[in-house]
Amino acid sequence: MTISKQTTEDAPHRAAAAVQLAVAGLTVSFDGVTAVRNVNLTVHQGEFVALLGPSGCGKSTLLNAIAGLVEPEAGTLRLDGETVVPANGASRLGRVAYMPQRDALLPWRTVLENATLSAEVHRSGRAAALERARELLPRFGLEGFGGHYPAALSGGMRQRAAFLRTVLTDREVLLLDEPFGALDALTRRTMQEWLLDLWNDLGHTILMVTHDVEEALLLADTVAVMTARPGTLKAVAPVELPRPRTADMTADQGFIEQKSQLLALLREELREPGSAP
Amino acid sequence: MIDLARRDAAAVGNRRARQFDVRRLTSWLVPLALLSLTLVIWEAWVRIDDTPAWFMPSPSAVAEELWSSRALLWEHTWTTLQEVLLGYAIALLVGVTTALLIAYSPIAERTIYPLIVASQAIPIIALAPILLIWFGFGMTPKVIVVVLLCYFPIAVNMADGLRAADRDALNLLRSMGASRWQQMRIVRIPSSLPYLISGARIAAAVSVIGAIVGEWVGASSGLGYLMTRAASQFLTARLFATVAISAALGIALFVIVALVGRLLVPWADEGRGAQRVSRD
Repeated sequence: MTISKQTTEDAPHRAAAAVQLAVAGLTVSFDGVTAVRNVNLTVHQGEFVALLGPSGCGKSTLLNAIAGLVEPEAGTLRLDGETVVPANGASRLGRVAYMPQRDALLPWRTVLENATLSAEVHRSGRAAALERARELLPRFGLEGFGGHYPAALSGGMRQRAAFLRTVLTDREVLLLDEPFGALDALTRRTMQEWLLDLWNDLGHTILMVTHDVEEALLLADTVAVMTARPGTLKAVAPVELPRPRTADMTADQGFIEQKSQLLALLREELREPGSAP
Repeated sequence: MIDLARRDAAAVGNRRARQFDVRRLTSWLVPLALLSLTLVIWEAWVRIDDTPAWFMPSPSAVAEELWSSRALLWEHTWTTLQEVLLGYAIALLVGVTTALLIAYSPIAERTIYPLIVASQAIPIIALAPILLIWFGFGMTPKVIVVVLLCYFPIAVNMADGLRAADRDALNLLRSMGASRWQQMRIVRIPSSLPYLISGARIAAAVSVIGAIVGEWVGASSGLGYLMTRAASQFLTARLFATVAISAALGIALFVIVALVGRLLVPWADEGRGAQRVSRD
């Protein structure tokens, strides 16, 4: 097992899959302050990449830049081989599915109405989307709750409703910003296993922001570690755990080894002068 | 697969069980009892002390006046009610339009919004004599006072509500490629409704005051006109009756707006055991 400065392209088990998302030299600034600096990252079709870094390192900013919510200052972004940054004229919004940090469910809409938001925005097949949402409710642990308002749901259910909305956005790439950040430890673990199961079935390409090393290792094919602000990629490491994965693997020797290596990398960031404590 | 649904359903069931709340009933009973007690003491005091009726009528004397002069009182109440309702409706329409404009156009936000806030320094009631000069003794100047008083809380509250919309939800919609109008319709307007309702409630409470002050300044009909006439003739029981009616009007409007608000914004009320947990 190695952690090196290689790009994900070198990961042997992914060599066959096509590159879906390619970020090169991406830099994002706010009011002259650099938040993300010179990031190079490649995500293959069907790959699960975890973006790991200390809090405030610009993980979310990187995700927002890929989603099109923030305009990068420099660098290129290619989606399915098409260059979308620098802008090629058409808006790049709406090309990937984005899930914000909090569930962002609209409290005045039922679960189904929230889940089918994307079809409504695109004025495309709302009825079909509703039908698909109803079919998927059991898979998302929301059977019988389609007509409920978010306030009547538990934290885990709300998060799964947000996942349902993200999946129904009907994009191949899912950008997840700390999807389990607001959940208690027990619910979080259950949700992680649920997501593994779901991803196994649906096969999306996922880029997920997290600051939880165990979560990154348990879920991802590849872990990309970011430095403290201004964030850049410090290392990209394939996770060497067999699939299907279960929560029990957190006790495995290999898991513990890789976890301590990643933690060491993160700890370096916390110790560096000028970085946030 | 993990049985997430069953565990979560149990949690939701517990929440539903709390819907029937005795406290809601007692929250009405206690103030009502206090009010009754005040009236009883007032009645007893006037009788024991033998206070002259022109100085302080007893509650029963006021009630008697309310009944025996009901035709006259209704005639003037109707005038005031028309002014209030018309003024309120105009304020609602113009206020909501202004708020939407402010939220939609950054230029409007920089130009109109500060002006509206600054205009609050003008004591609107002091404008009543000017409006009288311009528009005469009819209903128009009273309606205008009501509009001016009601407009501000409605426009500013709604504008604040439109701006306070959840950033994450807006970003989510943007990430889907939603247009500005879609962001407005799907996120901003619904999330501004609780703010609008609270502004509309404040407006309902002050609307009657506006009409009555307008009538004080110069009118030939209305509760405010009746008040000034009753006062000059020392018909104190009638004066009290008009005050009671004005208060009742204000409270009724407030309650109606609050009820409409609850129908319109059921989600803002979930914590108190909303009746509409589900739409199934």
